[in-house]
Amino acid sequence: MKEYKTVSKVAGPLLFVKKTEPVSYEEQVSLVLPDGTLKRGQVLDTSEDLVVVQCFETTTGLGRDTGVRFLGETFKMSVSKTMLGRILSGGGKPIDGGPDIIPDKRLDINGAAINPYARGSPRDFIQTGIATIDGTNTLVRGQKLPIFSSAGLPHNEIALQIARQAKVPGSTEEFAVVFAAMGITREEANYFMADFERTGALERAVVFLNLADDPAVERTVTPRLALTTAEYLAYELGYHVLVILTDMTNYCEALRQIGAAREEVPGRRGYPGYMYTDLASIYERAGIIKGLKGSVTQIPILTMPGDDITHPIPDLTGYITEGQIVISPELHRKGIYPPINVLPSLSRLMNLGIGKGLTREDHKKVSDMLYSGYAEGVDLRGLVAIVGKDALSERDQKFLEFADNFENKFVRQGADEDRTIAQTLDIGWNMFVQLPENELEKRIDRDLIKTYHPNYRK
Amino acid sequence: MEVSNKPGILKRIAGPVVTAVGLNAHMYDVVKVGNEELMGEVIKIDGDDIIIQVYESTTGIRPGEPVINTGLSLAVELGPGLLTSIYDGIQRPLEVLIEKMGNFIARGVTAPGLDHEKKWEFKPVVSVNTAVRPGQIIGEVQETRSIVHKIMIPPNATGGIVRKIKSGSFTVDDIIIELGSGESFPMMQRWPVRVPRPYIEKHTPNIPLLTGQRILDGLFPIAKGGTAAIPGPFGSGKTVTQQQLAKWSDAEIVVYIGCGERGNEMTEVLTEFPELTDPKTGNSLMERTILIANTSNMPVAAREASVYTGITLAEYFRDMGYDVALMADSTSRWAEAMREICSRLEEMPGEEGYPAYLSSRLSEFYERAGLVQSLAGNSGSVSVIGAVSPAGGDFSEPVTQNTLRIVKVFWALDANLSRRRHFPAINWLQSYSLYMAQLNDYYDEKVSPEWNKLRGWFMEILQKEAELQEIVQLVGSDALPETEQITIEVARMIRELFLQQNGFDPVDTYCSLDKQLDLFKMIKCFADLAYAAQAVGVPPVQILSIKAKNEMPQIKFTKDYKPVLDKIYTEMDAEFKALRA
Repeated sequence: MKEYKTVSKVAGPLLFVKKTEPVSYEEQVSLVLPDGTLKRGQVLDTSEDLVVVQCFETTTGLGRDTGVRFLGETFKMSVSKTMLGRILSGGGKPIDGGPDIIPDKRLDINGAAINPYARGSPRDFIQTGIATIDGTNTLVRGQKLPIFSSAGLPHNEIALQIARQAKVPGSTEEFAVVFAAMGITREEANYFMADFERTGALERAVVFLNLADDPAVERTVTPRLALTTAEYLAYELGYHVLVILTDMTNYCEALRQIGAAREEVPGRRGYPGYMYTDLASIYERAGIIKGLKGSVTQIPILTMPGDDITHPIPDLTGYITEGQIVISPELHRKGIYPPINVLPSLSRLMNLGIGKGLTREDHKKVSDMLYSGYAEGVDLRGLVAIVGKDALSERDQKFLEFADNFENKFVRQGADEDRTIAQTLDIGWNMFVQLPENELEKRIDRDLIKTYHPNYRK
Repeated sequence: MEVSNKPGILKRIAGPVVTAVGLNAHMYDVVKVGNEELMGEVIKIDGDDIIIQVYESTTGIRPGEPVINTGLSLAVELGPGLLTSIYDGIQRPLEVLIEKMGNFIARGVTAPGLDHEKKWEFKPVVSVNTAVRPGQIIGEVQETRSIVHKIMIPPNATGGIVRKIKSGSFTVDDIIIELGSGESFPMMQRWPVRVPRPYIEKHTPNIPLLTGQRILDGLFPIAKGGTAAIPGPFGSGKTVTQQQLAKWSDAEIVVYIGCGERGNEMTEVLTEFPELTDPKTGNSLMERTILIANTSNMPVAAREASVYTGITLAEYFRDMGYDVALMADSTSRWAEAMREICSRLEEMPGEEGYPAYLSSRLSEFYERAGLVQSLAGNSGSVSVIGAVSPAGGDFSEPVTQNTLRIVKVFWALDANLSRRRHFPAINWLQSYSLYMAQLNDYYDEKVSPEWNKLRGWFMEILQKEAELQEIVQLVGSDALPETEQITIEVARMIRELFLQQNGFDPVDTYCSLDKQLDLFKMIKCFADLAYAAQAVGVPPVQILSIKAKNEMPQIKFTKDYKPVLDKIYTEMDAEFKALRA
């Protein structure tokens, strides 16, 4: 294989190589240092006179004497069933001391878009045991539902609780977890690993770890490795796969870093203009395919810089994903776990997965009533701060109280408390008792009230 | 046009934009790139360098591979078989792509937009020895149970005396008509997507596009042939509103473009539409629908093209004399595709990295809407409803602002409303419709002379409520004068009974104009009685707790609501009489 010694410039993670044979776009590259060390890279821009190579590892030691070998193929990874239970680096190499992965197949890590006509409609309700998700922001198989969090909040605990408790009631199909860490600290990674080991989840998990001190550019590959693995497990082996990606903010920072090194025209806040398309190429790899057994469900986690939901990272994510679960510092400070603020949270696929025959016939209406009742109560809190509680009408006082109850009874639950959907909905009904029935009737049909309202159920 | 068939050579590849040399090409020529013959389009010519945007992934393509110019611009196939189809951004049928390449979208596969094997029953409507003009309707095909497809002479033909016209079963390629001018035509015609189809004259739209959505029909209507924008942050209900319009609007043809949006949402449309019935024809909604799905992870250049593909199909049906509604979800993704291509070209950007030509592209697109007299002499319309996804929900960003300068109807989605599950989350204070003046006559004549007055009264109360709420925030509702306490309650009724509409409830999802008028009147009647009672000294607490009010929400969810309504009127009368006694 030809080795070029024509590096003309090194800038950030990029190498500019002159006068090569024609190399293809996104071809894989080996970079050879004078001492024989090999590093991996990929072609970002190719023309007859100049090829731009992006290095996936640290650029320490790279220089004009670096040898460049073009490998003649795009980025592929080995996949196999034996990956279950393994821990791999963010670049896909085993780091658990075990043997190399014996490939069943080699797949392109960029995958391909699922033909929208081939997609199955996601409608299998996943019970996470968390009331604020199951009851008001229901997750279904094949959905991508991110967690929007901020620094210092227990998003990891929530993600783990979901991974532990998630099940489709009445189903015994095989499921697996693919966990991809991007730029998280060793300590956080240990926390995840310890929980996986404690609960025995590791056996059916594949873990990719790119830690805070690993090269940032590698982070752009990690989620693609994880999703390629997930797609293989789902569409070829029939597993129902839950993919947890954490932390997408670090991924986006890496994108920005590469964009800056390429001297691209930046979009908002310095992030590349193609970030929407790039994120879509990750998030859209969730779903189910008609006629195939498995499914890929994604829970990406991101920390909103400055708790700002309009920051480009949560903003673009929210436009692609099917809803979001928002974690609130205020609830956390009140000591409520899980501190999920349902008001800005949303699950777009909820209506497909709930209702008669799926969860329970009253689910949709209970959820709507909980939302509007809580929203009204929260609004009134602002008013009470100014005019005092006594100035409120009797009706308004009931809603104010409802909001407090909602946080304490519905939202608050234990880290190991696994509520069934019936329990979750009944907690809702028990709280409705305190509201006037004519308020309930604005959103709930009379028949349902007669069936489920505790005053009628004896 | 003379085109050299000599292939060019690829010089540089960087993402979806590639450079070729040695190619004799013109702007927007369609080219085949590389050994795999990926489809692309010429977007810039710089000396010998021909710059091409490629509609498929360019991974693995290398310099030195050939580039072939087809000499044609990007065009769509128009003819029977369009309805019920689901296409990608460049009119490849997704169903056919699955047969050719499986569940995932591979590349280098071409598929014609129409089925060229299928035979359609063609009935001529012109006879031999009569003269036909370009654009004239020469025959009909029953395409679906709902829609008769009118076959037209292509607009760019010469026309002349009919020498021969056939009747019977034909494929879209079979010649069905021969003219004295020497021209002969099959049922299918091709039309370049970036060129608007010609018409005789544009008229001022004066008939509303009825949607069955109370806040839209009642307060902020769009006209048939009009333009509307729905901007809103994520989760505020853009897609749901668009889908409601696609389902219930009284257009005859619906073109729904999923431009850079979610795959699962397109699946939802695909599974749901065939099961829903068109309230007008009783047939499946899919029979009047064409879907274009270019999801966010499909190639960005094809996303740029998808909007043009959609509007060209819409214009084609307009030319037959149909009222067409086009939904584009979301135009922001289209603008972002332009931005991405522009930045790859290293062009000088305008605001926020968008190309300087953003505004002119948007206005060219929306200008293709309208109520026209077609070449065939029919009246047809294209209404365009574009969703906008402003970054961070901030309406001051360039796509929203440039769109608002063009469109006549603005449905502002509000995250605060959607958070409290007030759906559709359309803010009644920010939204507007500039078609009101044109549509007043229609409502006066076709619905009721009261309609426009009631609408005005609704808006007045809502505006008043907004002002009163500011005071309530400071001093509490008890401190308001008694009449204003009633106003607050009436406004609440307008919001909860009229503006809120549950798209997932089988009855409430569609509300006819008659039912809307009944709700208008009922709320007005309550308000009149309440103000009158207050004027004679009945305390507001008693007025607001009358029982008939509790029955009102049932009307929304009851199909045969008239008995409920009558009961409410009777009880309301009785209760108010008792109060005043």
